[in-house]
Amino acid sequence: MAPALDPMVGRYVRLDIDDVPHRIYFDEAGQGIPLVCLHTAGADSRQFRHLLADPEITRRFRVLAFDMPWHGKSTPPDGWERDEYRLTTASYTAAIRAFCRAMELDRPVVMGCSIGGRIVLNLAIGHAAEFRALIALEAADFQKPWYDTAWLHRPDVHGGEICAALVSGLIAPQSPPVSRHETLWMYMQGGPGVFKGDLYFYRVDGDLREKVKTIDTSICPLYLMTGEYDFSCTTEDTLRTAAQIPGAEVRVMKELGHFPMSENPARFREYILPVLDKIAR
Amino acid sequence: MTPADCFARLPNLLAADTDLRRRGHWLNVDCRVDIGAEPFHLTLREGGLADFGRGTRLLHSIAFSLSGTDEAWLHHWQKVPEPGWHDLFAMTKHGVLSMDGDLRPLLQNLQYFKDLLALPRRLPEAG
Repeated sequence: MAPALDPMVGRYVRLDIDDVPHRIYFDEAGQGIPLVCLHTAGADSRQFRHLLADPEITRRFRVLAFDMPWHGKSTPPDGWERDEYRLTTASYTAAIRAFCRAMELDRPVVMGCSIGGRIVLNLAIGHAAEFRALIALEAADFQKPWYDTAWLHRPDVHGGEICAALVSGLIAPQSPPVSRHETLWMYMQGGPGVFKGDLYFYRVDGDLREKVKTIDTSICPLYLMTGEYDFSCTTEDTLRTAAQIPGAEVRVMKELGHFPMSENPARFREYILPVLDKIAR
Repeated sequence: MTPADCFARLPNLLAADTDLRRRGHWLNVDCRVDIGAEPFHLTLREGGLADFGRGTRLLHSIAFSLSGTDEAWLHHWQKVPEPGWHDLFAMTKHGVLSMDGDLRPLLQNLQYFKDLLALPRRLPEAG
C-alpha cells in the first residue's frame, strides 16, 4: 500500500535577517500566487497545515508557512543563550521580508494571525507595494492586555502548560475537541520565554494606533477577519481598526476564536475561501 | 436553581471526572470561590475535594479567591457560553470576575481550575 503522505513538503532555507544568519523552516504546497502564512505568538507553522492540504487553495496558491526564528523547527541564531528574546516591529518585519526575498516571491499575499495579523497591518503601513494582498486574522491596531506576561516564563510555573492554559479560553467552545487540543499542543511545545518574547511586540512595541490611518488599500487590498470568541483581539478592536482604513474589508467570523485556521479548519474555510477567490480573480 | 445552588453540586461533578482529578494530582491548595454574594471554600487535595463548605468561614486561611457576579457564572455555565462569558479571563477583562491573593497555585494549575469551574455546564439545568 502506498504511504499516506500529506501534500505539503517541509524544507529549510538559509537567509540573513538584519545581517544575522538564520536557518528557517517552512512548509510548502501548491502552485500559483504565493501565499505566505504567519503563525501566532508562541506557536509555529503547523497551525496552517489544513490550508496547505486543501486542493481548493493549493491549485491556485503556492502556500508557504514558515516558523519564525525561535519557533517550531527554526532554530534561534547562534548566541541566542546570551540574550532575552524579544520580538519587535522592526525585527518581525525584517524576518518576513527576508523570507519573501530569499524565496524570490513575486508580490506574495501575506496572511498572518494574532501577532501575525498585527504585523500584516505594519506591512500595509510601510511596504504595501511589495504585496498583492494582505490578510490580517485576529488583528487590530491595539488591544487591551488581559494578563501579566511575567507568568509565562518563571521557574515555578510550567511554561508550556501556562501558555496553553491561558490561550485555551481564546478558542471558541464550538471548535472540535481534537482541533482545540492540537492547537494547544503547539503552545505546550514552545521554547522557554518565546511566547513572552513575542508578546513584547504585541504589548509594548507594536502599537499601531494612528499609523493605520495611513494605509492605502488602493496599493494593496487589506482584509481583516476576527472570530467572535476572541477576547484578546475582540471584534470591536478589529472593527474599530477597519473603520480607520478606507477600503479595508472586514469580516466577523461566527463560532471561531483566536486561532481560526487550526481550532476549526472547516469553519474557517467557509470564511477564507471567498477572500482567496477574490484575490485570485 | 440559583448559580450558587449549581456550584453546590461541584463535589459530585468532580468525583465523576477521573480525568480532571488525574490532571490535578499534584494540586493541594485551599481557595475560595464566590458565586455572587455566596462564598464557597474549597480544600483541594491531590486534585480532589477533601472539603467543600458553603457560606462564610471565620478566620479561614486561603491562598486565593475567585469572585464572580451571579450573572457571570450563570452565563459561564451555559452549555455553549456566549462570547465574552466563555472563559475566566474573558470575564476578568470585562470586569465581572476578579482573582485575588497568591495566584501562583492558580496559575500553576490553570487548566485544572478552568475545567473545574466549568463543571456546572454538565448539569442538566445548564442552559
